[in-house]
Amino acid sequence: MAKVPVQFTLNGAEKAEFIDSGTTLLNALRDKIGDTSPKGGCHQGTCGACSVILDGELRLSCLTLAETCNGAAITTTSGLSEGGVLHPLQRAFLDAFATQCGFCTPGMIMAAKVLLDHTPNPSRDEVVEALSGNICRCTGYEPIIQAVLTAARSNSQHAA
Amino acid sequence: MELRKSYFADQRKDDLHEIGQPRPRSDSPGHVTGKTAYFADRNFPGMLHLKMVRSPHHHARIRSIDISEVEKHPGVVKVLTAKDVPHNVYTILILIQIGPEDETVLADGKVRWKGEAVVAILAETERAAQEAAAKVKVDYEVLPAVFDMEEALKPGAPIVNEYHGQNYYLYDSGECRKVRLGDVEAGFAGADHVLEQAYQSSPIEHAPTETTGCIVAPEGNDRFTCYTNTQAMFFTLDNASIILQMPGNKLHFVGGTVGGGFGGKVDVIVEPIAILGAKLTGRPVSFIYSREEEMQISSPRAAEKVVIKDGVMKDGRIVARKVTGYTDAGAYSRHSPYGAQKGAGHYPGPYTIPNVWIDTYCVYTNRTPSSAMRGFGVTIGDFALEVQMDKLARLIGMDPLEFRFINAYRDGDMKAHRQPTEGAALIECMQEASRAANWPVAEKYLSMSSYTKGA
Amino acid sequence: MAIRRGRGVAAINYPTGMNLGGDPTQALVHSTPTGNFMVTLSSVDLGQGMKQIMAQICAETIGVPTDRVVVDTADTDTGPHCMGTFASRGTHRAGNAVIQAAREARQVMLEVAAEELEVNASDLETDGQGNILVKGAPQRSISIFDVALSAHFKRGRSISGRGMFLIPRSYPEKETGAMKPSTCYAHACTVAEVEVDDETGEVTVLTVKNVFEIGRALNPKLVEQQLVGGSWMGISHALYETTEPYYPNRDHGGTDFNQYLMPGPGDLAETEIIVLERPSADGPYGAKGPGEMCANPQIPAVANAVFDAVGVRIDTLPITPERILRALKAQAGAPN
Ligand code: FES
Ligand code: FES
Repeated sequence: MAKVPVQFTLNGAEKAEFIDSGTTLLNALRDKIGDTSPKGGCHQGTCGACSVILDGELRLSCLTLAETCNGAAITTTSGLSEGGVLHPLQRAFLDAFATQCGFCTPGMIMAAKVLLDHTPNPSRDEVVEALSGNICRCTGYEPIIQAVLTAARSNSQHAA
Repeated sequence: MELRKSYFADQRKDDLHEIGQPRPRSDSPGHVTGKTAYFADRNFPGMLHLKMVRSPHHHARIRSIDISEVEKHPGVVKVLTAKDVPHNVYTILILIQIGPEDETVLADGKVRWKGEAVVAILAETERAAQEAAAKVKVDYEVLPAVFDMEEALKPGAPIVNEYHGQNYYLYDSGECRKVRLGDVEAGFAGADHVLEQAYQSSPIEHAPTETTGCIVAPEGNDRFTCYTNTQAMFFTLDNASIILQMPGNKLHFVGGTVGGGFGGKVDVIVEPIAILGAKLTGRPVSFIYSREEEMQISSPRAAEKVVIKDGVMKDGRIVARKVTGYTDAGAYSRHSPYGAQKGAGHYPGPYTIPNVWIDTYCVYTNRTPSSAMRGFGVTIGDFALEVQMDKLARLIGMDPLEFRFINAYRDGDMKAHRQPTEGAALIECMQEASRAANWPVAEKYLSMSSYTKGA
Repeated sequence: MAIRRGRGVAAINYPTGMNLGGDPTQALVHSTPTGNFMVTLSSVDLGQGMKQIMAQICAETIGVPTDRVVVDTADTDTGPHCMGTFASRGTHRAGNAVIQAAREARQVMLEVAAEELEVNASDLETDGQGNILVKGAPQRSISIFDVALSAHFKRGRSISGRGMFLIPRSYPEKETGAMKPSTCYAHACTVAEVEVDDETGEVTVLTVKNVFEIGRALNPKLVEQQLVGGSWMGISHALYETTEPYYPNRDHGGTDFNQYLMPGPGDLAETEIIVLERPSADGPYGAKGPGEMCANPQIPAVANAVFDAVGVRIDTLPITPERILRALKAQAGAPN
């Protein structure tokens, strides 16, 4: 099968790989580069577990061809904590007991991060809207919504 | 959440250090950083991907299977059919001596539900496996199928599963599990009202965000490590050992960190065939359900039909209850004979009724085999029971909550399956619900207690 | 045409475990040289927090803080047998096994401490902070750290224990059905409040007030997680979920999360959870299994609330707008 080169930054680090043409970004990240924080819950764009941030926008990596990501800056949940210090969103998910099986968590955190990057003080409705592409089967969503609202509050306190 | 410590305070000592403390979860840091390792987060060089070719028919005889084109497809490494599986006909509850073996790992001569596994393809890439799957030629002779439980139980219905010989599971008690207490007909005869109603559900999917799957790695010493999201490690290992006719010491299962189960990962489906693939190719094998397979191929919660007939007095006492429950097992048993039996042990619900008659049937139809799900054998029964309770209360013009107090079981009451009630707390739950929901009930119900024996 | 309100109640109980198979689970506990404790199991954590709860149970029993316990599960090369995580059995069965194993380990630990302190083991107690004290004379004490070192390098003792949960299998009597189908029972009562649009048949669950009696909340936060998520699933079952919408017809089964319906973050009922504790005689520190029962009472409570709102009974799950509209039409005398 034809191999194509891809080159992008992942959580700030340069990555370059030869991949089979047609490989999804999700599979490239997980199988080639070894970042397994994006999860494959459906590979069909309906669960949000594979969410990543690509040039500042939320993307479903299972629906994104890796070869279209050349030159992009990609962020995943595994890249959020610096030097072992949790990102405020990660802290908030932990403190709010917003993870059970945890399989949806990386995708949820990505969706929430894009929201807070664009809308630092979101309303509950805005949080709900931002999470509406992500499935969680364990928590009933409320703890996740609360975690995002808490993270927003702690962010604005830092900024103040 | 609120802990209401005022109830049952005399039964508890609050002198513990670690129990009762809201300690943070030790696994959360892994979850929020994406570091928690689920089975599919392991990647082995040279790993093969397994794809299943499935039956397009609900019920059909297999005249022939032609895999010659598949084996030539680029990237295909191995193709498995029924003859490759050492002990192809199995049933998982055989481990607790509940037979007969009634299901094939790969279809042999027949398919009994649409989606049944027929041929397994192992290829270098998922794409190659997928493409090759289209080249499997199976010659089917379509047979009449039966989907409706009542139709299935009629004489002359197509037989779904010859290993049973009839379309219901045969218990030692006969065509159904039975519970009998008192004289239900006398109870009806003496009742002020009799109400018979039927309730119905359809199959429900567990829909965990992580689909069912496993990755098997040969260890080079004749042992195989299976990374799996099964809900039951040794149950799966022991069943795999039977199916593969491999001593258990050749198998090493690693798991325990699962992306949601809800009962959907207690069947032994992916592991045996993936281990077989790894054994025959000497390479790591990954077999992970697609979301579509998880939705329509993995066992759902069974559809159930529940018929309840009650005799009730004007003063609110239920004097007789007859329940007939039907569990739609689909084409194979899996856990369903146990689920139907669990229902028999659950009816007539948390109420003390002197005359009870329960029959629960496990019925075979040509659909996706059902199995355990959160609330197995009980969830749909509770729906039926509690809607029936509402209807009965309205029938005699009584408040639905007060009606439940009158019938609620208490410590010492004899249950229909002849166990004395211990540790009851239904009354207290209802008292607290009355308060929390602002649903007033008469004082006499608020002063009741589960400690004292019912009437 | 109007939005109509109604409320409904349901009360239920739920069995812990499955006595029909004997229902065994085992656990091993041992200390490291520095007085940390390993719990070895083959039990599976599906997200309910099995690892955390087993650590707390072991810590309580040994008498150390929870962060000194590590749970190693589920590897069949090292972990002893567990029947599996289902039937609301995990915490109850594995918890009992861990307590038994931890008690045995604690006994050895106290014996070593007794030798070091030159007293009888029965005169010792733990302070829960990692120390062993002489009862009534707490100034005479030794740390568990030192006890473990002594056991490993001086006294030649293995601070370890084995635990097992097993109940005799119950075979139902053929004619009467007499059986012991489970151990303890958890309880619940739920009141649901709904709005039904009698023009579209759409149901909105406004509030659910759930009272759950669960024996003992071993970790109230983990209990809350499970009960909140379960309550959501119950509502989802009541109104949305099916793989075969036209059962017994096999057609039109959903194959993804767009077709298989569940309430999203914008469709949540205001949810109240109240927990009562009547410790069970056979549960670990009185715990029962609430993991399954917490998703059951919402279904009939919602069904009863729909009737209360619009006066039609939907006795087939899920309670879809289509079913409600057909029932309303039938009630009005129109043909279906
Ligand atoms: S895996 Fe991408 S949306 Fe589900
Ligand atoms: S925590 Fe399990 S899917 Fe969200």
